[in-house]
Amino acid sequence: MAFNYDKYLRLEKMPTLWCWGCGDGVILKAFVRAIDKMGMSQDDVCVVSGIGCSGRFSSYVDFNTVHTTHGRTIAYATGIKLARPDKMVVCVAGDGDALAIGGNHTIHGCRRNIDLTMIIINNFIYGLTNSQTSPTTPKGMWTVSQKAGNIDPTFDTCKLAIAAGASFVARESMLDPKRLEKSMIKAMQHKGFSMMEVLSNCHINLGRKNKMVSAMENLAWIDSITTTKKKYDAMTPEERLNLLPTGILHEDTEADEYCDMYAEIQKVHQGERKVITQDDFAKKI
Amino acid sequence: MATREVISTGNELAALAAVDAGCMFFGGYPLTPSSEIMHEISDLLPKKGGVAIQMEDEIGGICAVIGAAMVGQRALTATSGPGMSLKAEQLGLAQMAEVPLVCVNVMRGGPSTGLPTRVSQGDILQAKNPSHGDYKSITLCAGSLAECYTEVVRAFNLADRFMQPVIVLLDETIGHMHGKANIPTAEDVEAGIVPRKRFDGPAEEYFPYGVEHDEPAVLNPMYEGYRYHFTGLHHDKKGYPTEEIETCRKLIQRLEDKVAFHEDEVESFEEFMMEDAEVMIIAYGSVSLAAKEAIRHLRADGIKAGLFRPITIWPSPAKKIKEHTDKIEKVLVVELNIAQYHGEIQRAAARLDIDGLFKVNGRPISPHEIVSKVKEL
Repeated sequence: MAFNYDKYLRLEKMPTLWCWGCGDGVILKAFVRAIDKMGMSQDDVCVVSGIGCSGRFSSYVDFNTVHTTHGRTIAYATGIKLARPDKMVVCVAGDGDALAIGGNHTIHGCRRNIDLTMIIINNFIYGLTNSQTSPTTPKGMWTVSQKAGNIDPTFDTCKLAIAAGASFVARESMLDPKRLEKSMIKAMQHKGFSMMEVLSNCHINLGRKNKMVSAMENLAWIDSITTTKKKYDAMTPEERLNLLPTGILHEDTEADEYCDMYAEIQKVHQGERKVITQDDFAKKI
Repeated sequence: MATREVISTGNELAALAAVDAGCMFFGGYPLTPSSEIMHEISDLLPKKGGVAIQMEDEIGGICAVIGAAMVGQRALTATSGPGMSLKAEQLGLAQMAEVPLVCVNVMRGGPSTGLPTRVSQGDILQAKNPSHGDYKSITLCAGSLAECYTEVVRAFNLADRFMQPVIVLLDETIGHMHGKANIPTAEDVEAGIVPRKRFDGPAEEYFPYGVEHDEPAVLNPMYEGYRYHFTGLHHDKKGYPTEEIETCRKLIQRLEDKVAFHEDEVESFEEFMMEDAEVMIIAYGSVSLAAKEAIRHLRADGIKAGLFRPITIWPSPAKKIKEHTDKIEKVLVVELNIAQYHGEIQRAAARLDIDGLFKVNGRPISPHEIVSKVKEL
């Protein structure tokens, strides 16, 4: 029997504002199936989104939902999580939101390793606001703010997250919704900061001016720049050029989670343990 | 009300007040001259099971506070002018989504980096409209050590009553003042807590923003079975984004009216030797301490001066101000900025002949300076 999404959607908000053929809907559906498979109660989940096309994600799903200001999803989610460490918080933001204006919160969320799941929908462009350059727009592409061609180097979201200390990092594309759903489950089940980059299309505001006028052409391009981690690992540095590995790229189940560590702070102040010192940590600097 | 005697600083009393008022969350970033609030509360909160987190920046500090407040907690952030500028957009979201929180601003010299360790009252107008758009701010201003405590307590109760951020202004002098203060007991403060309203009916009948034209939203804590939507966009009674003309108009008008129709619940001021005053000095914050001293000297010299001290700065006690300024010819506004509140006094008094004594070099105004100015009037 086909999966019934109705329970998880705010049907009165349908249809979405997203363009015909947009990947955001595929990602939303994968997220809903993932939550359903995990058996989570809708009351126990909070979805925090930013600004942009992906910012509308939170208003379409029937959970506790927060549509924040531009770039601040992780900072809001940090307050929510610390106030209720027993509940789940998932952030959804675009590449511009999470990596440009919200870059600071992204790296520090990773560093704290607080138990949040961050889904970055990377469509390589500012879609909602008509094609401005984002931190993931490939060099040489046309954008409305760089009509002579983009010269800005790109961020590798996943490398950034690993370097900043996220304990779970995965990249998937919306081309394989089943795999995306599985990775999302793993990301949400992981205790610690989970970075989940999902590559998606924006044939309207990235594609039209960059020779990918249809969703299919845009998706074919995403297919051409991705390969599985297994294949990627076997490649030479030359072969890896211009390719992004997909799958679970990093997983550390031993890393200290921030809410757990804060509970230790509370114990210190409540006289239940001695102050925390460098000796309490395996890794010392 | 029972009181206790403490020896402390203004900043530390602000932190203690928050905790006694039921605050369970602090999010902030180091900023002179407010940092001692974070230092103090980072010990006090974990002791009672709360959380104090130093975030990566000022913006993160207030975002985390809003997040915790959405979960239903009383939450505090503290900063100074540069931090207020950075927090402004989030204060706007808290106004729009009607999330209660308290933001303490210990004022230092501005604009920009200004005079980080010196006193100023330059953020008076910023406190009225820190964010873009229309809403009605509630701003309190502590004029003594004890008020660093009592005004923070009052701010938490007002935030939950009106469901919006409440700003408490300290200035550097008050924040760093060290001395004896008589403050209410923690038990009395706890007994006076008025928790925010909540809806207990069936979830399908819950409309957090579907309230009367002069009432605040009724926001149940997250994760308790009442699922709804927070957004900075114009929204309908369920919190869902909308551009429907009448819904948009009603929403913004309500943000104004929920305070404007109930100003008597917010209003607070002190009158000092005003009964027979022939010269009215208007001052707030640390300047009011110098003004009181000046008034004693002036009275010794036969000049009947009195002080009117607004404690709630926004909305201003305009009616009370006009009552006085209609009767008293000589009115002097003394403040550590260039006529920021002076303009509001002119408006309230409907008079353009209000005198002013202003100082913007980071130094306090001495009683002597006020005495000299009054004698010139």
